[in-house]
Amino acid sequence: MSHETAVEGTNYLNNGYSLRSWFLTTDHKRIAILYLFTIVLFFFVGGSFAVLMRLELMSPQGTLVQAETYNKLFTMHGIVMIFFFLIPSIPAVLGNFLIPMMVGARDLAFPRLNLLSWYVFVAGASVTLFALVTGGLDTGWTFYTPFSTSYSNTRVVPAMVGIFITGFSSILTGLNFIVTVHKMRAPGLTWFRLPLFVWSLYATSLVMVLATPVLAITVAMVAFERATGIGIFNPAIGGDPLLFQHLFWFYSHPAVYIMILPAMGVVSEVIATFSRKEVFGYRFVAAASLAIAVYGFLVWGHHMFVSGQSVYAGLVFSILSYLVAIPSAVKVFNWTATLYKGQIWFQTPLLYAFGFIGLFTIGGLTGLFLAAMAVDVHLTDTYFIVAHFHYIMVGGAVMGFMAGIHYWWPKITGRLYPEGWAKFSALVLFVGFNLTFFPQFLLGYLGMPRRYYHYPPEFQVLNVLSTAGASILGVGYLIPLIYLLWSLKRGKVAGANPWGATTLEWQTASPPITQNFPTTPVVTSGSYEFPALEEVHSE
Amino acid sequence: MSSFPLLPDQASANAGSIDALFFALVGVSLFFIILITVLLFVFAVRYRRGNRVDREIRRKDNLKLELTWIIIPTLISLGIFVWSSYLYFQGKTPPADAMEIYVTGKQWMWKIQHQRGNREINELHVPLGQPVKLVMTSQDVIHSFFIPAFRIKQDVLPGRYTTEWFTATRVGEYHLFCAEYCGTSHSGMIGRVVVMEPMDFERWLATSGNNETMASSGEQLFRTYGCAACHQEASSSRGPVLAGLAGSAVKLQDGRTVIADRGYLQESINDPGAKIVAGYSPIMPTYRTTLNQEQLNQIVEYLLTMDGGVAATARRN
Ligand code: HEC
Ligand SMILES: [Cu+2]
Ligand SMILES: [Cu+2]
Repeated sequence: MSHETAVEGTNYLNNGYSLRSWFLTTDHKRIAILYLFTIVLFFFVGGSFAVLMRLELMSPQGTLVQAETYNKLFTMHGIVMIFFFLIPSIPAVLGNFLIPMMVGARDLAFPRLNLLSWYVFVAGASVTLFALVTGGLDTGWTFYTPFSTSYSNTRVVPAMVGIFITGFSSILTGLNFIVTVHKMRAPGLTWFRLPLFVWSLYATSLVMVLATPVLAITVAMVAFERATGIGIFNPAIGGDPLLFQHLFWFYSHPAVYIMILPAMGVVSEVIATFSRKEVFGYRFVAAASLAIAVYGFLVWGHHMFVSGQSVYAGLVFSILSYLVAIPSAVKVFNWTATLYKGQIWFQTPLLYAFGFIGLFTIGGLTGLFLAAMAVDVHLTDTYFIVAHFHYIMVGGAVMGFMAGIHYWWPKITGRLYPEGWAKFSALVLFVGFNLTFFPQFLLGYLGMPRRYYHYPPEFQVLNVLSTAGASILGVGYLIPLIYLLWSLKRGKVAGANPWGATTLEWQTASPPITQNFPTTPVVTSGSYEFPALEEVHSE
Repeated sequence: MSSFPLLPDQASANAGSIDALFFALVGVSLFFIILITVLLFVFAVRYRRGNRVDREIRRKDNLKLELTWIIIPTLISLGIFVWSSYLYFQGKTPPADAMEIYVTGKQWMWKIQHQRGNREINELHVPLGQPVKLVMTSQDVIHSFFIPAFRIKQDVLPGRYTTEWFTATRVGEYHLFCAEYCGTSHSGMIGRVVVMEPMDFERWLATSGNNETMASSGEQLFRTYGCAACHQEASSSRGPVLAGLAGSAVKLQDGRTVIADRGYLQESINDPGAKIVAGYSPIMPTYRTTLNQEQLNQIVEYLLTMDGGVAATARRN
């Protein structure tokens, strides 16, 4: 495919410029772009809450904001980042864009449902934002009862309604992916020829479809109880506050996998392409995704070792939590083994993938500390937890998102991002991230509880370090924003397949035409059959 | 910026063994992180594009390798699991002779009641070397009683009792934190734990108290609030006899049998309708609004000691 026609011919981007052609589109690629704008907006909104928190925590006594405000800040940071950035990030943007192309289809199974899911998302987000600007919410993103139901004076009901609505967009997206993967694979594309990204998103979709309804029920119960005082979670009239925690974590533990599985899918693709080898142990990596999705439903009680739940329940949840770590470890080992005897090409996506592997490994290993009940007793609800889940969610999921955005940027936009700047900012992000969150492991072990507005002065040094790291991290996120926008006009024309990748989305023009492929591709081999290097990159 | 500690104080009998496990985990983590990082670097450099090295691959997948890195981490995990569960159960099982202290959490303070009658707010005085069991409940939302230097933490819930225990091993003052987010002044719900030599502690008890034990305060409340009218041994027995109740099995109207532990006693007073004793009619009024949590603790403590006999004390838990 010649490079020039790729950008100049008609494609999904220049196929109509009216607002209508965007807001009423059923093209999965355009919907992906709508999602991209929405979630990037939320990322920076959520990030600015974090900036304020980190600034406040520079000193042990309150300086910048009041305690009430601080509590609202961490609540809103959590809600925005989890429900409005991390959960939709890779699935709704990259998954939406790529799943049909990777399976050689023209679109998702239900294009209109796909558009609806974006509208539902925007509606849910608007209601939640309405709650946040008309008084805010101070329950923490965990909404523990009976605080949220009977004691908080903030906007619990509208926030619950917003999250309730948003959940349906997740369900619709998951449903769409599942049906697409089952029904729309190109001729010859058997299950074990699917790209690992598709396997990951397939597993993610199962979790979305099965877990999100439980969240919906839970937040509906909170809103209902708050409105009527019926007492489901109120011990004063026979309710049980712990019931809430069970329901909440029944969703929210699997939700961690909604965030991390797609990132693992990205990493698998990136590692394969930039080492020009099929991912080692393809079937094990694919199966690990499903294992994680299934096991993920059985470990919610590890959030409740000190909650007063039965010690025997704790025992069961502890051992299951160890088992759920194994498939993740399998993935890490297989990725590493893939590099062995590969042709490793250091491009930005690979740097991010390495970043993912390192940080996710730390996040996962510190999870073993928390699955150990005796140690969890000391560490839970401290900054150790905060550090742990940021290693998983920012070090893992966001790094994966960055890897994916860079990897597929040429496909999505037809342009290359500037490699030098991209590598530089990947490095900045990595350093900033570790400086922000590593001190928090130490703070947690020392005993600093999370969600503390005041703290004893001996914790100040580590907090200042963390804030310093956060400012570097912030720069690391702003640079890509700038150069990616810049590349839209000025970036080098990418051509159909700048990385010499083998999955189907690279077999068509960049940006792709609206129909994705001129003719339905026929698949005759696995996803990662790399030709000898000379054939592709003769330059 | 005062000091800059890197390790927390270690001031309870169990803290050392928990730290041992913690550092074992640090060791395991370092091993795997270094392993992965080194492999990533070595492979990435050696097999970088353009570097002429042998890339002959005999087999794409290798079942033995896969099984190795499934089985080894599983075994390590199971080892940690057993170790940690053992410590956890140890941390959940107070010695029989532990001194009991009542803790009530409320937005945003900790109220402490010693059995000898002493009361404190946001401070907990304890003797060195003696097991102490905290019997905790909340008046409003969920809190969590966290003493980092002792490596203990337990959520404190409204409507029920939870417990944690420790044996302090170093004289000194330690942080006490609320670890479960509980509203505006969550980070102000802090205090200090003061560990004293047993002699000093005795002196402190003697000088800061009002000479009335919790049980005897409970007994007075029992009379003032008319409990005795229905529950007196001699009365026409409108209610069951309470002496010797604590720790015994109670037959309920709906056929179930429950053990009369602290939680049951508290519930019987707060929410008498929840569990009706077989053979009685549900005439007991609720005392939820009449008695505050500390008074409730006193009555419960009185009921626990009611027949005063050794047998009853033995059945208490
Ligand atoms: C009007 C009479 C009445 C009064 C006053 C009363 N109770 Fe009761 N109480 C009963 C009856 C009847 C029962 C058994 C039925 C039931 O379980 O509700 C009972 C049950 C109990 C039980 C459970 C006994 C068991 O065998 O399991 C406890 C504990 C108790 N009461 C404590 C108190 C305390 C403490 C007070 C005062 C604060 C009090 N009661 C006041 C009538 C009374
Ligand atoms: Cu979890
Ligand atoms: Cu509290």
